[in-house]
Amino acid sequence: MAGADRNAASAMSTDDFIKGLWRENPVFVQVLGMCPVLAVTNSAINALAMGLATTFVLVLSNTLVATLRHFIPRQVRIATFILIIATFVTVVDYLIQAISLDLHRALGAFISLIVVNCLILGRAEAFASKNTVTRSVLDGLGMGVGFTFALLCLGGAREIFGSGSLFGVALFPAAYQPWIVMILPSGGFFTLALWLLLFNHLKLRRQARDDLAQEVTQ
Amino acid sequence: MHSASGQHNAAHPPIWPLYRALVGVGLVCGLLIVSVFVLTGPVIARNEAAALQRAVFQVLPGAVAKASFELGPDGNFHPAGQGSAPQQTVHAGYDAEGHLVGVAIEAQGMGYQDTIRLLYGYAPQSQTVVGMEVLSSKETPGLGDKIEKDPAFRANFRALDVGIAADGQSLQRPVEAVKSGSKTLPSQIDGITGATISSKAIAAILRQSSAQWVPLVYRLQGELEGEPEGEGQTDGGS
Repeated sequence: MAGADRNAASAMSTDDFIKGLWRENPVFVQVLGMCPVLAVTNSAINALAMGLATTFVLVLSNTLVATLRHFIPRQVRIATFILIIATFVTVVDYLIQAISLDLHRALGAFISLIVVNCLILGRAEAFASKNTVTRSVLDGLGMGVGFTFALLCLGGAREIFGSGSLFGVALFPAAYQPWIVMILPSGGFFTLALWLLLFNHLKLRRQARDDLAQEVTQ
Repeated sequence: MHSASGQHNAAHPPIWPLYRALVGVGLVCGLLIVSVFVLTGPVIARNEAAALQRAVFQVLPGAVAKASFELGPDGNFHPAGQGSAPQQTVHAGYDAEGHLVGVAIEAQGMGYQDTIRLLYGYAPQSQTVVGMEVLSSKETPGLGDKIEKDPAFRANFRALDVGIAADGQSLQRPVEAVKSGSKTLPSQIDGITGATISSKAIAAILRQSSAQWVPLVYRLQGELEGEPEGEGQTDGGS
């Protein structure tokens, strides 16, 4: 009996992590945090750095919110969550400056944007304030990795077409004329639309297959 | 007593937990931010000083030693100390024999998104700008940030003419940006396609700063021919 309980518990925590990657992907399914998704994805390296910084803030704020969840009354929860998130964003900002000024120069304009990423407040409100610390950390990690994956999908595609390179390595012969529009803000909207199209197409196809399988069994 | 406080709680939710949560979380967050600031502050200051030091030698090719000078209220240069204002400070670079190679000057101005801070090297002998490094900018990644990396754009600042006019107070020709590929005068900067505003901002910052500093440094270059004491700070001759 105890073994079955433990199995169920571990399956549940694996699910806390897995769901953010694909089924509840914050960008492609929940369509959250669009500001950094559109603004920072003009190169793969910017997308990766932004994804990692967001994951860091998300995991830490989920941890603290879940730890203090019995201590924070409902009436002041938004104020305290925002305070916690802003604190960790400031911490990340100073840490990056201390690690490398060059990295901070590449990201500086975007770090402070993390405060207003609704993904982080959304997870604090919808998950961390109601669940244990362990589950909240796993949820933050899964959502963070899913967010980073989505940013990389956009950043990679935009860099390949817009600059003819990936992570700064040239992919095409010098004669290739890059599509400047892809690294401009409008290119972000086009790329996001195409990825959403692909994800919704996959979702519809899976749904149709499931329906068919149900009919056959009936 | 007990039941009275229970009634009171039912009528109005207790406010003590609200205070406790807000003040408690504020205290924890405040402590966290201040401790990270205290821990990283010296490292960040060291990184910034090292970046400035590197940039001085980059914008002054041939320099092996540097000394910083502050423009005093009397209109003369004095060796810079700890609390010198960066806007009033220049960095003189010297070659191996101790001769003045040029002067690195910090300048800033508005770019497309935010303030651009840059450092440029001025060589009084040839009366040209011999190097330019962007210290900090928040220009659009992929477009405006080409002002930092684009090799063709950077080539503009190897010998940019900032010759002094006959009156000794102004420049013969102010620095200006032109459309990419149409540079005809040695005082013009070839702009970048796709980063027009950012490259024009660089030209405007250089035009303003050179009009102010170049005649001054040219006139007072004798005061900067000090005796450098190797790399880093020197207190110069008293």
